[in-house]
Amino acid sequence: MSAVAVKYAELKALGVEIFAISTDSRFTHKIWQEEELSKMTPGGVPFPMLSDGGGRVGTVYGVYDEDAGVDIRGRFIIDPDFVIRAMEVLTPEVGRNVSELIRQVKAFQHVVATGEVTPSGWQPGKPTLKPGPSLVGKVWEQWKPEMAFE
Amino acid sequence: MAEEKDGCVKPSKGPIVVAELQPVLDYSSERKEGIKMLARVGKPAPDFELSAYVNGGFQNVRLSDYKGKWIVICFYPGDFTFV
Repeated sequence: MSAVAVKYAELKALGVEIFAISTDSRFTHKIWQEEELSKMTPGGVPFPMLSDGGGRVGTVYGVYDEDAGVDIRGRFIIDPDFVIRAMEVLTPEVGRNVSELIRQVKAFQHVVATGEVTPSGWQPGKPTLKPGPSLVGKVWEQWKPEMAFE
Repeated sequence: MAEEKDGCVKPSKGPIVVAELQPVLDYSSERKEGIKMLARVGKPAPDFELSAYVNGGFQNVRLSDYKGKWIVICFYPGDFTFV
């Protein structure tokens, strides 16, 4: 949560609205912010913290664990047309990678703006592919798997 | 500030779905039938309204109010957890 807060300015600059959701009440959110988050990051978490008591919204998003009674880690990217572009769901022990979130947002924004597609491991400034009949069977000429890691 | 908007007794709506999906989310039969996961990539995001802690105050947040912007929602297991 605090890792997202640290990168909030960058996400905001990309025009992204962020919402955090757990089954805790809004009152618990307030105390967590005041007692702990504000000490991890100056000002604490700058985005809304939503309360999903009962996990009803988590259920619809496929992240509610009925046995534990909590929403597990799930991250969803929604585009301006209100379409879900990406989802990532993890069991609670492993935290998410905010840099990968930012990379995916940039890639989806690039794809929407240009109609191009981004190969594995794409970063802004790296080559994209322009889908079409002439590209069929010819991807190997333009893109090598090693480029995903450069 | 947002503080005035808080209604301690005003419930938020939770998931908001179109009519044909309503039977799926009929809470009276929720425990019997089970609510289904509706989120899919490439499909419209399920709308919802939840109570929230925002900028030091309390207010309800409805996801579809942010239509037209890029949105990231992060579910997490709980406040005061360690990761």
